[in-house]
Amino acid sequence: MPMTIANSQKITAWEDVTAAVGNFRLAALLGWQDVAQRYRRSSVGAFWLTINMGVLIGALGLIFGTIFRSPMSEFLPFICVGLIMWGYYSQLINEGCLSFISNTETMLQLPLPFFTYILRTWWRNSIILFHNIVIFPVVLLIFGKFISFNSLLVIPAFFLVSLNMLWMMVILSVICTRYRDLTQIIQNIMQVGMYVTPIMWQPHQLPADKSILILDFNPFYHLISVIRDPLLGGTGTLLNWGVVVVMALAGWTAALLFLNRFRSRVTYWL
Amino acid sequence: MTSMTLEDVTVDFPIYNAKSRSLKNQVMSLATGGTIGSNADGHVVIRGLESINISLNDGDRLGLIGHNGSGKTTLLRVMSGVYYPSGGRISIQGKCTSLINISLGIDAEATGRENIGIRGALLGFTKREMAEKQAEIEEFSELGNFLDMPVRTYSTGMQLRLAFSISTVIQPEILIMDEWLAAGDEGFQHKANERLHELVNKTKILIIASHSKDLLVKNCTRIVWLEHGKVKMDGDAETVANAYFGHHS
Repeated sequence: MPMTIANSQKITAWEDVTAAVGNFRLAALLGWQDVAQRYRRSSVGAFWLTINMGVLIGALGLIFGTIFRSPMSEFLPFICVGLIMWGYYSQLINEGCLSFISNTETMLQLPLPFFTYILRTWWRNSIILFHNIVIFPVVLLIFGKFISFNSLLVIPAFFLVSLNMLWMMVILSVICTRYRDLTQIIQNIMQVGMYVTPIMWQPHQLPADKSILILDFNPFYHLISVIRDPLLGGTGTLLNWGVVVVMALAGWTAALLFLNRFRSRVTYWL
Repeated sequence: MTSMTLEDVTVDFPIYNAKSRSLKNQVMSLATGGTIGSNADGHVVIRGLESINISLNDGDRLGLIGHNGSGKTTLLRVMSGVYYPSGGRISIQGKCTSLINISLGIDAEATGRENIGIRGALLGFTKREMAEKQAEIEEFSELGNFLDMPVRTYSTGMQLRLAFSISTVIQPEILIMDEWLAAGDEGFQHKANERLHELVNKTKILIIASHSKDLLVKNCTRIVWLEHGKVKMDGDAETVANAYFGHHS
């Protein structure tokens, strides 16, 4: 439902977010349309992304597995989940920066809730994630492995991880609409982040005294771990889960305050 | 009760990429456009609208005139809830829809039928409402089998017909338009005009910006003449139209 009843009060961030969630159908339809576009005039469609991802996982897995002398049956599933999830996070962040800018035309004409555009970006990338995730069972099959009961933890993990990504996207989309250069900086940070976060190397390969600094202060380490560890048969540490929960709560509080403060300015910056 | 009230509405556009230094100490007004100045932070600011007071009630038909850059589009955007005024207050009671660019959200690679769904969702229809309207839209558009073809295969006229058919099934209480909607060839234009008149007559408050004297005098009871983002004249349609068009010809 477009927020058609305006009054002298500003629309609060809370109203915006609840209206967008209440009309999730619109965001899902637009997000789905973005993916559907890849299927037009192409029979493989969005699976091209999956094929690319598969090749990347295979190549990097073989090279880094050999460099680190890790057993392939352990390393390949590890790098597989890591790369897929990192791809998901970095696309969400990079495209989150552009969520408002790429919807300029619509935003200047229809008073839709702004969070709808964020949900559209999230939904589009989540659909692509579900394409990519099919690589994982294939990798497991190759090594004759099976997923364990612990894998069920990915359900709450995905929920928490999405909450975290969404608040980051809310803040980034607002700032990046105002400061256009920031998008480039964020892209850079995400590029470097891939090497700083344990995706192509394993956390236990770090010297113990350095791991607190490098791992525990990296939010993406926790966001990756709560998904990756359960899929590989573990659970993720209590710290991983604690950080993800606390970050979701604190992040959303900050994002709502932030959106509330700048919401009425955003269309002027487009 | 449908109503719209603007009290002392002012809109300032911050321009962040303009060199504020060169304009720092001067405030200049141009022949067209708003007033360029700078705000407290030293950013260049264009004043799009200044102290607009308009109050509309059930049955009001408001026309907006003014040359390019006089603030018509900005005012329409404030009225449709896209811009929140940087000064003053606006209060809107009623379901308000703007038909400024009816082709918004049309995806050229998707089929006509898919586009009906997308555009309908953007206009705020629920799935059920959409299912009810689908047949009506398809019939009105007269696109027949082309509805299953990607929109990129349509001629410009056919694309307009599709966009028009979807956009005019709405039943708003407040309707905002930028110029009268044109659609397709002679035959369709006639039918489209009829539907648009019907829509305009049903809506409780109409706000339309136009450069056509005929159109404004025919459809409006009141006209506001904007210049440099300020109201230059506000009165009954005939008087303002004569003053504006007399003055400009």
